[in-house]
Amino acid sequence: MAEPGHGLVRGATMMPDFSQDHFTLLSLRPVFALDMAALDQAYRELQTEFHPDRFANAGEAEQRLAVQWSTRINEAYQTLKSPFARANYLLELQGIHAMDASNTAMPALFLMQQMEWRESLMAAVAASDYDGLQVLEKSTRTEADRLLGELEVELDARQDYPAASETLRKYRFLEKFLADINNAYEDIE
Amino acid sequence: MALLQISEPGLSTAPHEHRLAVGIDLGTTNSLVATVRNGMSVVLNDEHGRPLLPSVVRYLKDGGTVVGYDAQARQSEDPHNTIVSAKRFMGRGLKDMADLATLPYHFVDAPGMVQLKTVVGTKSPVEVSSEVLKVLKQRAELALGGELTGAVITVPAYFDDAQRQATKDAARLAGLNVLRLLNEPTAAAIAYGLDNAAEGIFAVYDLGGGTFDISILKLTKGVFEVLATNGDSALGGDDFDRRVYCWMLEQSGLSVLSDHDKALLMGKAREAKETLTEHPQVSITAMLSTGELIDLMLTGNIFNELTASLVNKTLTPTRKALRDAGLQASDVKGVVMVGGSTRVPRIQAAVGEFFGQTPLTNLDPDKVVALGAAIQANVLAGNKREDDWLLLDVVPLSLGLETMGGLVEKLIPRNSTIPIARAQDFTTYKDGQTAMSIHVLQGERELVSDCRSLARFELRGIPAMVAGAARIRVTFQVDADGLLSVSAQETGTGVESHIEVKPSYGLTDDEVARMLRESIDHALDDVDARQLAELRVDAQRLVDATLAALAEDGQLLLSTVEREAVVTLVGQLNTVLAGNDQQAIKRATEALNQGTTEFAARRMDVSVKRALAGHKIEEIGI
Repeated sequence: MAEPGHGLVRGATMMPDFSQDHFTLLSLRPVFALDMAALDQAYRELQTEFHPDRFANAGEAEQRLAVQWSTRINEAYQTLKSPFARANYLLELQGIHAMDASNTAMPALFLMQQMEWRESLMAAVAASDYDGLQVLEKSTRTEADRLLGELEVELDARQDYPAASETLRKYRFLEKFLADINNAYEDIE
Repeated sequence: MALLQISEPGLSTAPHEHRLAVGIDLGTTNSLVATVRNGMSVVLNDEHGRPLLPSVVRYLKDGGTVVGYDAQARQSEDPHNTIVSAKRFMGRGLKDMADLATLPYHFVDAPGMVQLKTVVGTKSPVEVSSEVLKVLKQRAELALGGELTGAVITVPAYFDDAQRQATKDAARLAGLNVLRLLNEPTAAAIAYGLDNAAEGIFAVYDLGGGTFDISILKLTKGVFEVLATNGDSALGGDDFDRRVYCWMLEQSGLSVLSDHDKALLMGKAREAKETLTEHPQVSITAMLSTGELIDLMLTGNIFNELTASLVNKTLTPTRKALRDAGLQASDVKGVVMVGGSTRVPRIQAAVGEFFGQTPLTNLDPDKVVALGAAIQANVLAGNKREDDWLLLDVVPLSLGLETMGGLVEKLIPRNSTIPIARAQDFTTYKDGQTAMSIHVLQGERELVSDCRSLARFELRGIPAMVAGAARIRVTFQVDADGLLSVSAQETGTGVESHIEVKPSYGLTDDEVARMLRESIDHALDDVDARQLAELRVDAQRLVDATLAALAEDGQLLLSTVEREAVVTLVGQLNTVLAGNDQQAIKRATEALNQGTTEFAARRMDVSVKRALAGHKIEEIGI
């Protein structure tokens, strides 16, 4: 029995079993070409069950567990929803850390193109060129989509993980660049 | 045989009793309380039939407190002690406030949050807000005829962690059990969406007295999912008043005014703005304390010119929110207008133009937030399970840590669905370093100096190692109220030192108790009695929850011995609940909490398995 003023015990049994991978948690096959509608549905079903709002009236222990589970479900969903995070996660499940600092070598041609795009971005911002930004955004998106197509082939069909790692690093560059374009819109507004 | 025989004396409870729960819109200018009655969400009026309570608190020399219309009426007479728009100061330091010149208060800078000097001493905005909440609590308990189980309090979606924590503290200080802090636009979306069976992408444009929020939501059957939110927690109807006020000064060639006259003219400015929503022009007359007479004519056109930049200031966050959601204005199916300030015709026109459609104004913009909050409170209190919905909200501003060079490393990006947790590993940069300073920040900018500082704490007792060898894992957890807690531990050597912090501006339990003791009306009524009542509500909630859990899963998940142990604990708590011994109730509540921890964990595990497998509980081997 608890002593007066003694808080709850946080024992080992209080930690939910978080060892399942994200795909298993959401009852999905571990592929890059994920059925997004199925992902959404599985996510909502789980959150409907475990969201802290469902436990607002429960005991403290259950409330705390609900926060932990709901957090876990959100993490799984966010990871699988984003193409970058999903690909990175699939590689991690294979024991490959594609984004490790040691894996920074990029093809020179790709880097050249990056530099050109960066220059266009700076020029567009300097000139407050809204249309120019949109053109740049569109061509970046087209290239990003092409890389996603490559990733799908490399991860799901060929299971060529080293190739997928390199494609993913390229994609990461483009994603960052798109975020910078996004910020640029804000700067010139 | 029944699942559970409840025959022991003291075990009786009324499981299907309707729990009294309210939604409270704690506004900058006005506040409201609403509840669900006979399946309908209704605003509770005061004894004169008025739904709004002006968020104005006047402190009297004799120690009394006046809240609402009566306080508002004395605003110009007693400007220093009549606190208007305290919400603007919640969780804010002196340097955060831009409009000090037009405010008649004696501010005192204090760590974390500004304070106000009044005739009865220094008051924090938290205390001022709690006075407003107390009146609403009283109003609700009178109307509903009993003690409240809990309340949902709404906050602007763009409120940061300091402002949210301050709001929760104010509610605690008012003796309210906070079921959830709910974002105002999300509350409005619930009221609107359920009313209209709406589906698709909706924008909620919420311009209140002192805050602006824009939220983009996806409404699908039974799910309200916030995709993005943005705003300005220091932009609202008050700013429109101030523009008119400045125009009046300019037109009359006045510059220095007494605090009395400031308050008088601010009131006139607000009245003029309100008149202009229905009339093309308004005449403003006022007699200053100097004997000077002000007599001006303000047309709608001049008003629009004066406030054009404010209207534009709301469109920038709107664009950002849409971009964060990855959507265009044309993707939005409906725009819900919330907040009294959206009555300004020019605002409706500008929003209509931006989204290319007439905004929806069929719900009273003053009431819709409170109505939605009441609906959510009713569900959270456990009054309703059928045709339930799920609310998925987001954190409005990124959360991060200070790293070398005064830069912010973001751990949780804005618009992440809550609850959320993120961990990041850090290391030492000097040989033999045994302590590390951790600075928690909120905001979008890269420099520490441009973000809001939430908390600083030190992690000590790191074993001395060469630089870079220690591994310190910092974990951020944002709960369903949008509130952050931070923990850190050294894991490199297996020697763990662990710290759990709440950001520094939050009140501790002791501080709340002290404030309760200090506040005059609680010296009169009995602090003990209040604390006892609060303990009782908590205890009863736990008893109800445990009995419901036992009835559902007790047979399946607990051995006879374990079940009896829980039942005994429930019985013990019920027995002391009949008496007045605070310590005994506290002890028995804690004992039951602890005694059901394992049961709760098993229930959750089973739910997970059931949800995963999509099978009935009977089919799962346990």
